[in-house]
Amino acid sequence: MRSIFGPSLLFSAAALVVAAPAFAQHHAEDEAAPSEDAPWSQADAYFDPDEMAASRAHVQHHHGSENTLMVMADRFEMQDSDNATLGVFDVSASYGGDINRLYVQLEGEYDFDASEAEHVSVDVLWSRAISTYFDLQAGISYDIEPDGLAHAALGFQGLAPYWFEVDGRAYLSEKGDLTAKFEAEYDFLLTQRLILQPRAELKFAAQDDPEHKTGSGLTNFETGLRLRYDIIREFSPYIGITYHAAMGETDDMLEVAGEDTDSAAFLVGFRAWY
Amino acid sequence: MISRRRLIQSGANGALLLGMSSLLPAWARSSSHGNHGLTAPHHHHTRFDLEVGRFPVRIDGRAGKAVGVNGTLPSPLIRFRENDEITLNVRNTVDEDTSIHWHGLLVPFQMDGVPGVTFPGIRAGETFTYKFAVPQSGTYWYHSHSGLQEQQGMYGPLIVDPQGTDPVAYDREYVMVLSDWSFENAYRIYDKLKKISHTYNFQQRTLPDFLMDAKQRGLGKALSDRAMWGEMRMSPRDIADVTGATYHFLINGHSTEDNWNGVFKPGERVRLRIINASAMTIFNVRMPDLPMTIVAADGLNVRPLEVDEFQIGVAETYDVIIEPNAEKPFAFVAESIDRSGQAVASFGPEPGMRAAAPELRAVPTLTMKDMGMDHGDMSHDDMDHSAMGHGELGEMGEMKADPVPQNSATDHSMHHDGPAMPEMDHSAHMQQASWPVEKKHIEKGPGIANVAAMPMSRLDEPGIGLEGVPHRVLRYSQLRSLDRNPDLRPPEREIEIHLTSNMERYMWSFDGVKFSEVTEAIKFREGERVRVTLINNTMMPHPIHLHGMFFELVNGGGDHRPRKHTVIVKPAEKLSFDVSADHVGDWAFHCHLLYHMNAGMMQVVSVLPDPHKHHRMMEETEPADPHAGHKMSAEPSHEGHDMPDHDRMDHSQHMDHSGHQMHGDMK
Repeated sequence: MRSIFGPSLLFSAAALVVAAPAFAQHHAEDEAAPSEDAPWSQADAYFDPDEMAASRAHVQHHHGSENTLMVMADRFEMQDSDNATLGVFDVSASYGGDINRLYVQLEGEYDFDASEAEHVSVDVLWSRAISTYFDLQAGISYDIEPDGLAHAALGFQGLAPYWFEVDGRAYLSEKGDLTAKFEAEYDFLLTQRLILQPRAELKFAAQDDPEHKTGSGLTNFETGLRLRYDIIREFSPYIGITYHAAMGETDDMLEVAGEDTDSAAFLVGFRAWY
Repeated sequence: MISRRRLIQSGANGALLLGMSSLLPAWARSSSHGNHGLTAPHHHHTRFDLEVGRFPVRIDGRAGKAVGVNGTLPSPLIRFRENDEITLNVRNTVDEDTSIHWHGLLVPFQMDGVPGVTFPGIRAGETFTYKFAVPQSGTYWYHSHSGLQEQQGMYGPLIVDPQGTDPVAYDREYVMVLSDWSFENAYRIYDKLKKISHTYNFQQRTLPDFLMDAKQRGLGKALSDRAMWGEMRMSPRDIADVTGATYHFLINGHSTEDNWNGVFKPGERVRLRIINASAMTIFNVRMPDLPMTIVAADGLNVRPLEVDEFQIGVAETYDVIIEPNAEKPFAFVAESIDRSGQAVASFGPEPGMRAAAPELRAVPTLTMKDMGMDHGDMSHDDMDHSAMGHGELGEMGEMKADPVPQNSATDHSMHHDGPAMPEMDHSAHMQQASWPVEKKHIEKGPGIANVAAMPMSRLDEPGIGLEGVPHRVLRYSQLRSLDRNPDLRPPEREIEIHLTSNMERYMWSFDGVKFSEVTEAIKFREGERVRVTLINNTMMPHPIHLHGMFFELVNGGGDHRPRKHTVIVKPAEKLSFDVSADHVGDWAFHCHLLYHMNAGMMQVVSVLPDPHKHHRMMEETEPADPHAGHKMSAEPSHEGHDMPDHDRMDHSQHMDHSGHQMHGDMK
């Protein structure tokens, strides 16, 4: 049992004797300077100063500096078109505080017909809040599929005026190729839980890359419309449609190769976060 | 003496009664379970044994687990007498730290119960003994100040009986503890808010709302309204972060379904001691068909004021007298400020009666005024209110007091040379003080989404969502202390504190600095008189609580300003209170919305002992000598210092639009 009127009384009295002149002296010296290194410390006169220091550090930490972990499967869906059945996923995890966070994003496609992963990449980024609604992100990206290419990545993520969720990222591959992508989403609330989300994605390349059949300039355009229902905020199944087209020189290169340059698909999936 | 065992026994006495009431202390039970009003204590206890533990509860018909005191939710009523030496042994049986803060009580600061500020906290398995005597009486409460235990059920009422006679006469009294309960883990709630801040908001404006709006107001107006909010990336429906989507709103631990009920004999004066012990919920309180006369605010007596409704911030208390005089049940409605839910209790001439619960009213929508932007609209509204206020105050035989929060004087007549309306105009402008004003410059950034361009006095408004209701709603500008204020000195200096946030990131702070980042406390010198001005740059009302001191709300009340421990600061509002820094110690100062505090909307006010104290012990009404003791960075040049009646406000000053504000700025 601890009572401040118990054994610590003597200590308290002693501490007061020590503390009082300290205040007085300090007061005389400089009005504005902090009384101690600690932002406040008067309770040190009544309780063990070490215990107070630990408690102070603890209480401050837990009032604004706690880290959080967020895992978000923004898209986890099956796309069905005339010529393919694809599994598409976009899952991210971030950990950290209000300003600095570690951000890991795994994106990819799985071709059910061919039973193989088509494009899978992982981005590992340091994300820093640089303004009210925007984070700057920098790090590395690695294409697990198709060809194990590493990139340096630099981008941003945030909330643009009028509630557009946007993010953009530029990649410089180890081979020196520069590419970029830009995404924007918007939530139309049909009801409090039924949400219609248009989405657009643009991809760019700075150079021709015959190996990947991409030309310089705008390479791909994808747009989709997803209708989700927040059963709870953390879990929302959806249905939707998506349209994808190769653009510009990329379009030409694919056409020459006899590949599809555009496709439309129905999709079904879910969004979930924790 | 009352022991823990006896407290538990008193809970167990009801065990024969069915359901949840068996888990409740006597005062929290319904009249149908034997509570016909508090029984006046025969003799006053001075010793209380409290045990903090985890225990099962039944809320709204469902089983849950709470953290609280002596196994009941709410915690036991603690009742003692003014100036008695009180001992409270608090034993911690949970596996984490705990603490109890005596909300509103003027205790020595090391007894205030704030871990990391006033003491180290109470470790698992330990007992901490609080000892104090308080020079005050009235309705208060107590709660944990550790972690999120307050959300988990650790709160209870506290009544201090006056040593002398109570100026409030009543035949029967009840405690009404309002709270919000969730079956979700409190830490999970906070976690979700941090991740997606609108998680619990199911009252956003939708596409159909837009179409309806376009139909009513025209497409252009509807579009430009949406565009304005969209451009700011703010929602006019951000009224409460945590809502009825997860909360069960409770009165004395009862949901509406549980129908807490009290009895009265028609014609009796019934005193209701209303305590908002919620974690996050500001309530609108009303009793349809029954006026309520407010007789105390935050524990201290105020001049009786009859209203039909009032908004009660988290941690505020109001005592009201009702005089039901009909053989029918009356509803007592505590409606969440965002109208996402309510708790309804009943008062009837017979035990067990159930009054009809009113429908929830329409969800309020914020306006640009709440962002501190639309000056035109604002002054228009203010004028409307001022006209209303005039009438009501007139009825009470009171002079219309200037709601501009600058008046420390009793004598209005010399300076109020115009009708009320022009005065209202001034309320939008910042007044120049004749004492040094310490201002901080804040800028938008990750933690600050908005800086109110035109903060204004809103003391004469009833609160978010109550602007248009067709009955009398309490406004802070109406409150008058029953007793003359003990310290009539004008402030020696003024400190401006900004309430700041970024809702999207769920960041909350004072002056853009989270508590975790604070490196220096707000410092008061013992004996000094300080004006604290709060400017709300956020879109939400914040009940701001200062521990250890009552402050006089600068509401035009002259020498009878209401003395409070907690005040709601409305969106875009600028209000002031004066504090006499009499109680040396480190005192917590924070938003009483639990998750805002947890996110960092907290500071410490350090009242430092003054070695020149003896020079500063002034007569009640005498001014402080600016030359005694410490010195301000700049000496006040104001000449009326020795005139407590001097009106230091009524000059049409202009707001500083430059955005460059100075420290220790003296005007």
